[in-house]
Amino acid sequence: MDTLTQLLNGFGTALTPVNLLYAVIGVLLGTAIGVLPGIGPAMAVALLLPVTYGLDPTGSFIMFAGIYYGGMFGGSTTSILLNTPGETAAVVTAIEGNPMARKGRGAQALATAAIGHFVGGLIGTTLLVLLAPFVASVAVDIGAPDYFAIMLLAFIAVTSVLGGSRIRGFASLLIGLAIGLVGLDEMTGQQRLTFGSLQLADGIDVVVVAVGLFAIGESLWVAAHLRRKLAQPIPVGRPWLGREDLRRSWKPWLRGPLIGFPFGAIPAGGAEIPTFLSYVTERKLSKHKDEWGKGAIEGVAGPEATASASAAGTMVSMLTLGLPTTAVAAVMLVAFQQFGIQPGPLLFQRESALVWALIASMFIGTVLLLVLNLPLAPVWAKLLRLPRPYLYAGILFFASVGAYAVGGEVLDLVILLVIGLLGFMMRRFGLPVLPAVLGVILGPNAEQQMRRALQISDGHLSGLVNTTFSVIVYAVIALILCWPLLRKFRT
Amino acid sequence: MTERLKQHSELWVCAFLLLLGGVVLVDAISIPANFTQRGPVGPKAVPLLVGGLLVLVSVLLAVDVLRGGKGEAEAGEDVDLDAPADWRTVLLLAAAFLANIVLINLVGFPVSGMVLFWGSAYALGSRNHVRDPLVAAGLSILTYVVFNNLLGVHLPGGPLMGVL
Repeated sequence: MDTLTQLLNGFGTALTPVNLLYAVIGVLLGTAIGVLPGIGPAMAVALLLPVTYGLDPTGSFIMFAGIYYGGMFGGSTTSILLNTPGETAAVVTAIEGNPMARKGRGAQALATAAIGHFVGGLIGTTLLVLLAPFVASVAVDIGAPDYFAIMLLAFIAVTSVLGGSRIRGFASLLIGLAIGLVGLDEMTGQQRLTFGSLQLADGIDVVVVAVGLFAIGESLWVAAHLRRKLAQPIPVGRPWLGREDLRRSWKPWLRGPLIGFPFGAIPAGGAEIPTFLSYVTERKLSKHKDEWGKGAIEGVAGPEATASASAAGTMVSMLTLGLPTTAVAAVMLVAFQQFGIQPGPLLFQRESALVWALIASMFIGTVLLLVLNLPLAPVWAKLLRLPRPYLYAGILFFASVGAYAVGGEVLDLVILLVIGLLGFMMRRFGLPVLPAVLGVILGPNAEQQMRRALQISDGHLSGLVNTTFSVIVYAVIALILCWPLLRKFRT
Repeated sequence: MTERLKQHSELWVCAFLLLLGGVVLVDAISIPANFTQRGPVGPKAVPLLVGGLLVLVSVLLAVDVLRGGKGEAEAGEDVDLDAPADWRTVLLLAAAFLANIVLINLVGFPVSGMVLFWGSAYALGSRNHVRDPLVAAGLSILTYVVFNNLLGVHLPGGPLMGVL
């Protein structure tokens, strides 16, 4: 019952007029920015970071929850109306959503997506409430070797599971780790890769890295290949669902979260795999097999609910272990660090009010999303017509504001441009961006944990594997690394 | 050789990784670690590992590229991969960005931000000489006021805001 009391307290915090206003602003901003083509939720959250610098932590995280959910929903609108998913989670939605829109059923596609998000968010967040305190209480006992093992697992998983090429994933990870080395060594205060610069001794701010890789890199990359003839969005009215559509949607809505939540919680790349699994499942169970590929509503309802629940699952590992499994979670972790808060098992004890307000506002965010976005859908659709020069000029503009606002340093803008060019190169040559971001965020922490573990064991390497937990994690890592070999052996 | 480089332009990535690895290694070796070290692992170990792995990955990637491996360029909503890369636009954008860097502390954010937005929009092909500067100025001043006065995030106002 303790959890329930804390959750109710969380609602008490989140439902004050000011915080409710932050949640509304967050949902509106997140949806607006997520709908804009070319901006996925990760970039949306990164670009909106500076907005929250002046707020108190609680207010800003309530806003973030709104931005996150809004951004994800905005992405599916682009998928359905433009057939151009802004992020991997919405790729599957386009397969059935866009044909629906072309057949004049865009309103129904948007409605089933919105309600799917609502149901998925509700179930996912409920599971988060039930699970997170338990995971945190188990994780309180884990020590330096376990943390190091988990972070190593995150590195290996993000480079091996995602994307087509492992070697390119590792290259990206190492670039991130190298950037993370810049600054003073936390244990000895020695300068590393600072080249004598005092400003570099503070390290390169993670916000600058994230905004540079996501926003600047993306804008430059798009600019180099800007589509001259733009795809025309399909006009759409107010979303609604008929009785028949509702009958076909409700089961996929409920099945989706069961697939999405567990995948979100493990470092396997967020919503990409579960949304695809949900699509395949719904297709197999469907009674209208002839409609698939031509606009089957189940193919929108299931994956959307899955994506939304996986976002909640992501929060479990982010809040309880400090382990981001997706790009958005990585940026959220940065936001926590901005306020000097370190997510991890102790977060639920030390910042209990903040965490429960955040979780409560995730519930509020899902409700707001439904209430605001169903009537506003035609307005959002108009945003798809924004002239591209203004859109990308605006991204560069706000990225500069964000980087400058971090510390008021012009040098940060120079670093932002350099990292942006790096992001451009990575997109050009197929290096995934997420491993680099994860390397910058987790790298320094992983190094500390490893050195602490070895300090305790007096330099014996056995100090890294002296707990059952760490041994299990290393076994999983070995399995992931050997997986391609095993598959080759079988065929 | 040039022909080969053109075909395997990804080798530039290998060169970059090799260079980065080299820089990390040289810097790591020059850290005087002996006297302040606490615990068995000093500040040198991880940089040496990262630098070494960078060199290794650059070699492995070069082998992969020469064997015909290819990184897939990223697709996107507004990205047309069939068209050749438009370097002029990228350079103009970088120039607009640099202008903002040079100007921000001289003339303040409202003006430098306007230059950045207008310059970027121009680079991306917008040629409306009335609407573009107006949108740029409006966005820039609005952002300054919202951040500086409402959100409490300081941006340099410059001489212009000093007058107003």
